[in-house]
Amino acid sequence: MKRELPLLMTAVIGLFMILSFFVPHQWVSVPADFLQATAIVVVAFGYVLGGANVLRINLDAISKRSPDWQYKILLVVSLLITVGVGALDGIAHDGGFLNQGTRSKWIYDTIYSPMSATLFSLLAFFIASAAFRAFRIRTVEAGLLAVAALIVMLGRVPVGDKFTGFLPDALHLSVMQDWIMNFPQNAAKRAILIGAALGVMATGLRVILGIERSYLSGED
Amino acid sequence: MSLHISTDFAVWVAAALTLFVFSFLYKDNPLYKFAEHLFVGVSGGYYIILNFWTVIYPNLILPLGKAFRGTGVNAAHTGMFAAEVGDYRGFLIFTGILGLLLFTRLMGKIGWLSRWPLAVIIGVYAGIKTTGFAQGDFVAQVQASLQPILMPTIGGTISAIVFTVGLITSLLFFFFSREHKGALGVASKLGIYFLMVGFGAGYGYTVMSRISLLIGRFQFLLENWLGLR
Amino acid sequence: MKWLENLDRRWIFLVMGLLVFFPLLFPLSLPLTVSKEVLGFRDGIDKVPNGSTVLMSCDYDPSAIPEMVPMTRTAMRHLLSKDCKIVITVLWNAGPGLVDSITRETAKEFPGKVYGTDWINLGYKAGNEAVMVVMGQGIANAFPRDYTGGDTRRFPIMRNVRDYSTFPLLVNISAGYPGTKEWVQQVQARFHLPMVAGVTAVSAPEFYPYLQSGQLQGLLGGMAGAAEYEKSRGESGSATKGMDAQSLGHVFVALCIVLGNLVRRSKRRETA
Repeated sequence: MKRELPLLMTAVIGLFMILSFFVPHQWVSVPADFLQATAIVVVAFGYVLGGANVLRINLDAISKRSPDWQYKILLVVSLLITVGVGALDGIAHDGGFLNQGTRSKWIYDTIYSPMSATLFSLLAFFIASAAFRAFRIRTVEAGLLAVAALIVMLGRVPVGDKFTGFLPDALHLSVMQDWIMNFPQNAAKRAILIGAALGVMATGLRVILGIERSYLSGED
Repeated sequence: MSLHISTDFAVWVAAALTLFVFSFLYKDNPLYKFAEHLFVGVSGGYYIILNFWTVIYPNLILPLGKAFRGTGVNAAHTGMFAAEVGDYRGFLIFTGILGLLLFTRLMGKIGWLSRWPLAVIIGVYAGIKTTGFAQGDFVAQVQASLQPILMPTIGGTISAIVFTVGLITSLLFFFFSREHKGALGVASKLGIYFLMVGFGAGYGYTVMSRISLLIGRFQFLLENWLGLR
Repeated sequence: MKWLENLDRRWIFLVMGLLVFFPLLFPLSLPLTVSKEVLGFRDGIDKVPNGSTVLMSCDYDPSAIPEMVPMTRTAMRHLLSKDCKIVITVLWNAGPGLVDSITRETAKEFPGKVYGTDWINLGYKAGNEAVMVVMGQGIANAFPRDYTGGDTRRFPIMRNVRDYSTFPLLVNISAGYPGTKEWVQQVQARFHLPMVAGVTAVSAPEFYPYLQSGQLQGLLGGMAGAAEYEKSRGESGSATKGMDAQSLGHVFVALCIVLGNLVRRSKRRETA
């Protein structure tokens, strides 16, 4: 029953959700809406669980004096402070813990937001470095990829037409870029979309019918 | 151009953390590690408290509290289980129990109980995604592909032929039930070429995206922190 | 060429940084051309009757600020200038604080517009596609409270808002999952709500099929799309100011690809 009941639940709920797409009657639509509303809340509990797991793993690393354990103290302290401040702000503002002027908003604007943005901005440097060191054109396919990349990269920005402005319109980088995006690129992406849709439909049915069980994990 | 360095403490903290992260480009160092661990800690705490106040509190705790008092969204209906669409009252007990059961994942012997809320999530999303992909991606995209090849201009006709040939050959590339030999081999080879053009275009756009992120940070440092205008 | 073979990558980082940094201080003012995908976005909003209530889903977080924020600002100005009312939702965990700041700042440019009457931020909800489907039964069912913690149903703007049938248009500004793809699959396909989208450049190519099929009426792709939209609206925001730096960055990466391959080719010739 430890595996069979969840599999049965998945099958019944999954088939019910598919049925609700076709049947508007309230005997189907109301329970389906309730299940979706339940999923929203359970996913939120999942995020809380994820945060709690981060705490558990790092407390464990501190107790075992893993490498960089001193920094993990900072991690745990900052996590607990953020939760504590958020809890107090939420109580004070009846749930609006990120309202203008709260300490949680200050933490978000001053610490979270700039660091999130900066960590991702490092990618600009790595993409340039990878373009020099790892972009190898050895086959026809790689050459096609490179040519398309160069045309689109230069055609999508104003400087592209500066280089090709003296040529006929059809040979302007922006025009070539536009044609590539709307025709060959579009065809390839549509093929991937259709193929992926078939794959998702097949996987969805496999999960609902209990053929795919990897989400259950564990031995019993 | 003039310099108006910010006097806001928050801007200085944000600028300092930005520079700590950028220091990683030279090499890994204690300032970067400090910023990285601070970010992970704040993120973890933020995700916990956000999901509590924005989902669990308004979508579960408040309506359950009202349900125990016999009220809900529709004031005309009284009773703990007088539910209707969007106003599930006492039935949310089931939701709350499922949510709490997720935490049994951390509790060793009774961890198998967390499979029940997982089953609900997987069932709901498998159903939603199957119909969503079928309607939005499969049917609509196949329908949109049925376009005339002969267009008013020669350029339009050539483009339409390129599109149709590209779509069919790219789809044939993903057909792995037969070995790619003979006519299927030629078609799938052509399909690969179209896919490479697609990936090249994707790479070009990816470069644009990454560089934009860097521009954003420099704009913050120059305009918000140093006030260079 | 020998010195290029063993080039420390930090020199590449330095050149990239300088090429992005200097145009921000000394603009080149390279001319922008507005593409038809961006005109589709602008026209999609223009077609909305003045005074309508529009749904705007801002599904992004601080990691996509340079691309998403200019789009959000310009779209919000566009809608408010048509006296449209805006219902804003956020489906990304780390987005609500940012979206609130941006929308408040933009709304301040229209002193007559009042929060709760002319625009509302319903805040964040976990659940991705499930939220979109639940909104189909009732927007307030999914968002019983707004971003500030107030009862959604009590705000004047929400009195006439029931479900997707209330809105003539969905404006989606999205940085990934959940976002444009899910809105197309779950809402545009199921409830036939017309839609325009602003997306990050990294995901823009995958939405061209939706544009061609008519599932999207218009598309803004990345910072270039945001800059073109600003130009089409007669504005000059942070996206426009960043395009010169974007241009030089692209030229540098293109050079890196070419140079990198030339260096490897000459090395192979020497060892052959």
